[in-house]
Parts: sequence; C-alpha cells; structure tokens
Amino acid sequence: MPMNLPKVLQIRAQVFRSIREYFHDTNALEVDTSLLREFSVTDPYMSAMVALSPAGKKLGYLQTSPEYAMKKLLCHGSGDIYQLGKVFRSEEEGLHHSSEFTMLEWYRVGFNHRQLMDEVFQIIQLICGDLPRQDMSYRDAFLKYADIDPFDMTVEELSLFAESKLGKLPDNMLYDNYLTLLFSQLVESQFTSNEVTFIYDFPASQASLARTAERDYGTIGCRFEAYLGGLELANGFWELIEPIEQLARFHNDNSIRNQLGYPKIEIDDTFISALQKGLPDCAGVALGIDRLIMAKLGENNIRRVLPKIFSVNQ
Amino acid sequence: MATYTTNDFRPGMKFMLDGEPVAIIENNFVRPGKGQAFAKTKVHYLLSGRIVEKTFKSGDNFEVADVMETDMEYLYTDGEYWHFMDPNSFEQVAADEKAVGENVKWLKEQDSCMVTLFNGTPISITPPNFVVQEVVETDPGLKGDTSGSGGKPATLESGAVVRVPLFVQIGEKIKVDTRNGEYVSRA
Repeated sequence: MPMNLPKVLQIRAQVFRSIREYFHDTNALEVDTSLLREFSVTDPYMSAMVALSPAGKKLGYLQTSPEYAMKKLLCHGSGDIYQLGKVFRSEEEGLHHSSEFTMLEWYRVGFNHRQLMDEVFQIIQLICGDLPRQDMSYRDAFLKYADIDPFDMTVEELSLFAESKLGKLPDNMLYDNYLTLLFSQLVESQFTSNEVTFIYDFPASQASLARTAERDYGTIGCRFEAYLGGLELANGFWELIEPIEQLARFHNDNSIRNQLGYPKIEIDDTFISALQKGLPDCAGVALGIDRLIMAKLGENNIRRVLPKIFSVNQ
Repeated sequence: MATYTTNDFRPGMKFMLDGEPVAIIENNFVRPGKGQAFAKTKVHYLLSGRIVEKTFKSGDNFEVADVMETDMEYLYTDGEYWHFMDPNSFEQVAADEKAVGENVKWLKEQDSCMVTLFNGTPISITPPNFVVQEVVETDPGLKGDTSGSGGKPATLESGAVVRVPLFVQIGEKIKVDTRNGEYVSRA
C-alpha cells in the first residue's frame, strides 16, 4: 500500500535535490551512464534482467548497478563522479526489495574505504538528521552477536552451528552462504535501532570488487556496509585496481556459478581493458535511496515510498 | 513435472517437501547486502499438520504438489471410511479417520464440505464455516436461571456437542460456527 503519494513525491524530490547540492558543493560530477549495456555482472548471487527486441533479439542487460560503466569513466580521467538513478535486479521482491529501485553510487579518487565511510555517514545524516554511529569489523560483529569467529571455522563447523540456530538448511550451501545467512539472521537483526552501524573488513571471499589486505586473523576485503538499525543502506569498496586480479575474480565467480548450477556469465572485457588503462586509486559506494527514505520516514515496506500507484491487491 | 522456484512462492501455494505436500503460510525474501539470497518460508505440512519455518536458497526448485480443494457432498460412513461425492462428476472418494480428524463431528449426510485431495486421495476435510443442525439431546433447561452465563451442552444430529443458551430445546435448529464450535443463533 503506498503512503500518501503527493507526500512521497515531495520527499523524494527533496532528497534528490539535497544529494545533488551536496555533490555539487563537494566537487563530484553527476554522470548518467547507460542502463542498457551489452554485459552484465558475474556476481553469482546477482541476476540481471535481459532486454529483448520485439522480434526476440537480445539487446543487452539492464544494469544491476552503474559500477562498471562509472569505473570506465574514472579510467578515462573523470575524477570524482556520482550517479543517481534506477537500477534493476531480476526477481528481488520483498519487504525491503524491489526489482527496480533508485541507487546513488559515487566514487572518490584518493579515498580508502574507511574515509568513504565518513562521507556515507554524512549523507545519511544529511537526509535523516543527526544519528549516533558505531563501527565494527565483520569479525567483531560475529564475535559480539553470534559468538563465533568467521575467520576460524571449517565449513562443517559452520554448517553445524547454523543448523543449531536456524534448523535444517539447504544441502548445496557454500561457506559464504552460511555466513551470509547467519549475518542476516543473527547479526544485523541485533544492531541498535536509530543508530548507524558500519561493518567493515569482510572475508576476502566476499571482497567482490574491493582490494584485499592482511589482518592478523586473515585476509580481508576492503569493503564496508552501512546500516540504519537493521536495514542495510550502502555497500562500498576500496576499489580493486589490478586488471589481472579482477579478471581472475570474474573467472572465479563463474566457477562458483558452475558449482551452484547457475548460468555462466560472459566477462565484460571492455571493463578489464579499461582497468588495463588504469583505474586511479579510489573508493566507491552504492546507497539505496528508497531505503534511505524508508529510514527517514520510519517505514518498513519499500513499496510505501516508491513513486508509483499499486493495484489494490498489492 | 511442474515446479515452482522460491521466486514464485505466494501464500497458499502448495509444493512437495520431504515427500509431503506443504502449503505456504508466509514467505519472506532475505538478501543481506551482497551474497546468496534466501527465502524464509513458513509452511504447513498438510499430512502431519506441523507448521515449520524453513530456509531455502533463492531460486531453488520444488515439485508442485497435486493438491486440490473441492466442494463435495458427504454421503455416509461405513465405520472405517467416510464417503464423499463430487456433485458435478458424481465421482466418489473415501476419507480415512486421519483425514476427517476432529471435523468428523460436523459431518451430516447430504451436507456440503470442502475436501482436500492429494494425488486424488482425501487428506483433510473442512466443514462450511457455519452449519445449521437440529438439537437431538439437551437438558430441558433450568427454570428460573436467567443469568444466561454458562448455558448448557447440546448434542447435534451430526454428533457434535456445543454449548447453547438455556432456552434452546430438543428438536430446534441452531446455527453454529464450526471454526470455534460456538453457538451463533436459532435457525
């Protein structure tokens, strides 16, 4: 059920304007990269929508985020950039998910992920007002809320622990699948409401497009997520800039896809060749604008803040 | 074999799980940031009656359960089975004690009843929300007690026993809510 629609439209427009003013004042350039591209992402857990011509010819993929297109601009000397617009993810529908949603993505040259966390906190406060903040490493969050060390368990131990907490689980689960599920069911659900929680330094296996670093307990991905209460708002990286390592990760994604029985995705070689030209040292983040508006208004259903009319049955 | 994926899940949908048909009561999509997405699904096992919260990987496939709910007419019992007939096809099915369960007490010959069939065999029956039946046995009532607080037990023609107000007498027809077994009114 939508909220009062004129009110939703007012608030959305205000938020867009505040964001554009903020980036104008802090010298990031607005870009509007293509949402229909020839390539999709290899991420095993992301599925892009395919666009077809009326005759059934494949035209390309609707983008799940503007990440590759924006990084290509960075490789060609754009400097700090942001994009505010729709993205699409196939079959993601739920209380906090809509398969079409509004994303703010931005990149700061010379930043690392910890510096970008500070800017994310500023933007959240710009929209939602003053809030307390807590920062925790991924490992510390698991130690604190679930009493396990995610860097020091075998998949068998993890499976036993997860089933003791959550009941019988599917058979074809990988190590990271258990961690993802446990994080959502035991960790993020315990974050303090009305507080911004930053989780940083994810296991290297979940580094995605972030560079990795060594800690005394293992290798981490320089990645963070921002939450308001238990609601995830943003995911950011200190970006990986090595083309060879990036290509190896794409191939690894495809082998995980193969292991899980998901289709193989063609690797975006235009992205790899842009990295070969040189991505400047930078950090980037994607922030869900509809969720930010949910947080601002205290709503728990994304459909109540979307700018559309739903049929009575929805 | 028809299948559902978790993306098709909606309340009321029925699929096979652990060799048993289940109905979805509630389904939630869980995708914590990046990483594997899951469905947290509350299911009702239609044979054992258990209600359990399950976790599935998003996109996993399940066989559609051949479960049908049909309005049928209750015919009679032979002591071991309860026989129902489809009023359109005149096809008859026999439900065992487990399938009729507690609801057996509402069964009156020629009454309509919803029969849930799994692979063509009845697994449960649901009487209409309201039934009208004759009182076949009850105390004459205590004259002078007008408080109406407790009422008295009355046995209906189907065998169900319900609490009725003191003024209800043998031979009267009453309307009863089968969901909670409560007297509604005289009929």
